[in-house]
Amino acid sequence: MDVKSAIRSPKAFVYLAVFVLLLPLANFLSPYQVMLLEAGITLGISALGFNLLLRYTGLLSFGHGALFAVGAYTVGMMYKYFPALYSIEILIPASIIVSMIVAGIFGYICVRHTFIFFAIITMAVSMVIFTLLLKFYHFTGGSDGIHIELPTMLGTSYTGIKRFEFLSGPYYYFLICIFAVCVIVMQGIVNSPFGKTLQSIRDNEVRAEMVGIRVKRYRWYAFLVSGIFTGLGGALYSFINGHVTPELAEWIFSGEIVFMTLLGGFMIFEGPIIGAILFTYLQLYLTSWTEYWQFAMGVILILLVLLLPQGISGGVADLYRKLKKSKTREIS
Amino acid sequence: MEYVLIYILNGLYFTSFVFLTSLGLNIILGVMGILNLAHGALYAIGAFVAAWLIGSMFAGMSVLLILAGGLVAAIGIAGACGLLMEISFIRPMYNRTLEYQLLITFGAMLAVEGLIKMIWGGQSYYASAPFVSMGSIEIVGSVYPVYFIFAMVLSFATGFGLWLLLSKTRLGIMLRAISMDREMAQAMGIRIKWFNTLAFALGAGLAGLAGALIIPTTPATLGIGMDPLIRAFIVVVIGGLGSLRGALLGSLIVGETRSFGVAYFPEIELPLLFLVAVVILVVKPEGLFGSK
Amino acid sequence: MLEVNDLIKDFGGARVIDSARFRVEKDEIVSLIGPNGAGKTTLVNLISGHILPTAGQIKFFHHDITSAPPYQRIKLGVARNFQLTNLFDASSVLENVRVCLFSVYGKLSKMLLPADHYKEITQEALNILEIFDLADKKDLYPTALAEGEKKILDSAMAFALKPTFLLLDEPTSGVATNNKFKVMDTIVSALKKEKIACMIIEHDMDIVLDYTDRVLVISEGRILASGNPREVMDQADVKEILFGIEA
Repeated sequence: MDVKSAIRSPKAFVYLAVFVLLLPLANFLSPYQVMLLEAGITLGISALGFNLLLRYTGLLSFGHGALFAVGAYTVGMMYKYFPALYSIEILIPASIIVSMIVAGIFGYICVRHTFIFFAIITMAVSMVIFTLLLKFYHFTGGSDGIHIELPTMLGTSYTGIKRFEFLSGPYYYFLICIFAVCVIVMQGIVNSPFGKTLQSIRDNEVRAEMVGIRVKRYRWYAFLVSGIFTGLGGALYSFINGHVTPELAEWIFSGEIVFMTLLGGFMIFEGPIIGAILFTYLQLYLTSWTEYWQFAMGVILILLVLLLPQGISGGVADLYRKLKKSKTREIS
Repeated sequence: MEYVLIYILNGLYFTSFVFLTSLGLNIILGVMGILNLAHGALYAIGAFVAAWLIGSMFAGMSVLLILAGGLVAAIGIAGACGLLMEISFIRPMYNRTLEYQLLITFGAMLAVEGLIKMIWGGQSYYASAPFVSMGSIEIVGSVYPVYFIFAMVLSFATGFGLWLLLSKTRLGIMLRAISMDREMAQAMGIRIKWFNTLAFALGAGLAGLAGALIIPTTPATLGIGMDPLIRAFIVVVIGGLGSLRGALLGSLIVGETRSFGVAYFPEIELPLLFLVAVVILVVKPEGLFGSK
Repeated sequence: MLEVNDLIKDFGGARVIDSARFRVEKDEIVSLIGPNGAGKTTLVNLISGHILPTAGQIKFFHHDITSAPPYQRIKLGVARNFQLTNLFDASSVLENVRVCLFSVYGKLSKMLLPADHYKEITQEALNILEIFDLADKKDLYPTALAEGEKKILDSAMAFALKPTFLLLDEPTSGVATNNKFKVMDTIVSALKKEKIACMIIEHDMDIVLDYTDRVLVISEGRILASGNPREVMDQADVKEILFGIEA
């Protein structure tokens, strides 16, 4: 499929339809619902990045929370130290650059390893970032974190405006557009020669090396791209939450990123996005439903892994295939 | 100068907990190849069981007796939890990929932490009776609690016992055979399934013991197992897989760094430890004493 | 073009390759024969950079590639297949060949356009599949192929790397007996057409005699004999090694 036929493919129509449906949604949902959806979308962008490593490169990172935190803290630090530059047109590129640099160092250390060792070392490196954010409180605000002010957007200042108005107004449209760009770019990446290269590495590292692929280097590239998406998600999330804390870099949150990706189904491109949005709603409804939400979450997770190994999207695809089969059987 | 000796002793005291916790984590990782993220939650179970028994149920009985009762109960209940977990949902994971194995122990961690909250509520449990009644002795001009010494002796004795178990008994030899080469062990007719269960329960029991042992000096609170888990995790990274010697040395590094870190450089103690772990992973991925 | 000098490889305490010394000239098709465990595949692994030697030197044209990483050797023109098929099982047959071409053309890191946008490369991959008679299977996954077809695909991938020197480790093992010669015809005519020198590990003596210009005999890690296949095969010591016949 080249670019032209990709644009004309049924998938592109579905994407366009979803985009068109999403655009006016902010007018129909309560501000609170909009906020949830936005949080889900930002987590979805991050999970998309995470899945470039898991699905397409075969590396399970247990430290992506730290990259998310890097993106989010970039926004906070910019306000703290460069308030004059606190506009979203600068913040987004800044967080991309900072995420890229951190992911570059992070990844350089980690890509020498695979399998469980990769999971362990990403966890260890992310905990270095977590403890640095926690302990250097003069610089990072320590466990209190940093408050995130509303940024200027296209020259308009939003100071004095309530956060939810900002979120269900201009920020919503901005976020949906960024989201669309992210999905298209990532879709492009996984179908590009680069994406095919990563899949070859995932599939058979030895052979990949023997067809001239520099395996470690490409893993590192994948880590960079993955880190950029995850960090960008973190930056976008910070405005919604209004506050960033070191917990974002802790391994528990990294685990949640793994959870949402597998919840949605990591073998399908859109799975992580679906998973992230579902996760956001699930977490919220569980916490408001029972004080034992953690227990419920744990049980759901265990059941998911046991009963729905392909995640929600994989389960639906399976069901669809079965239905189709039984239908064709009826006809014949 | 006399403080230095106390810091060293305190370091040894921290070491003993980290050592116990990491032993359990290491056995499970070594035998089953699964990184048990629920290990801290099992530690917390031990802590709550012990605090609850020592603090309220056994109040008024002889201190040593209730301590012994609390420790045994903690090992038993944490071990039983481990057993149940293994049989019910870890076992179906043997042939699944890494991400699911990790995720299921992550789910177990959430579920067990939630369960603790359900059973014991959100409050803290205090049980300092054994610590108080054991009193203290004088070491080079400083007062030092006897309980600290008791905890150290018990931990290292447990470590020694485990070493005996692993190196001198048939059972231990089989466990080590599995951790070295699973397929080979299976081909030799070792019933891996039950050894996995045993390893998981044993590891869980050790975590429970570590949690119980800290109770006379620290109240049982929600999330008590998080810090020990990440420290045990560092020990496994430093010491390497399946090495008791490595676990001991790793624990010593972690324990002493904590003791001196808290005294001299509280800000960078933890980042420093993680940095050490990362450097070791980069230079020697199999850990200082790991075999690969 | 290829020059192997006093190459040594130890595994643990065992010397698997012992002072191996030989050359392969331009356009030459050489076969490497020897009993099991003689070190044939180890030699391929050493020349392709899959493993590094303990001592000795490998020269390719004027480059010393003794310890060069695999990608550099491939750039210089050394490619290989695998004795036990070693494919990208989660990618289609076409994809398996195409990624080799992306590698050759330096397009591996292109991430802006879809892979299908590179029409010429895709067409070239199809052409290669055509040569090896796999074109109608292009959308299948390797797991759906017969053992022999997998083997052929494996060789096709090595061929797609546009080598000047190709290492083929038992290219016809697993291929049905009545099809072996057809496969060899295909491979050899492709080699001749593209002027590719080749070293083939082979057990089938008919193939050695029919298709190769020269034979190298290896035993216990040493190169014992080299020369015209018919002459070498008549040597008493070679017979003994290969067939266990006492002279």
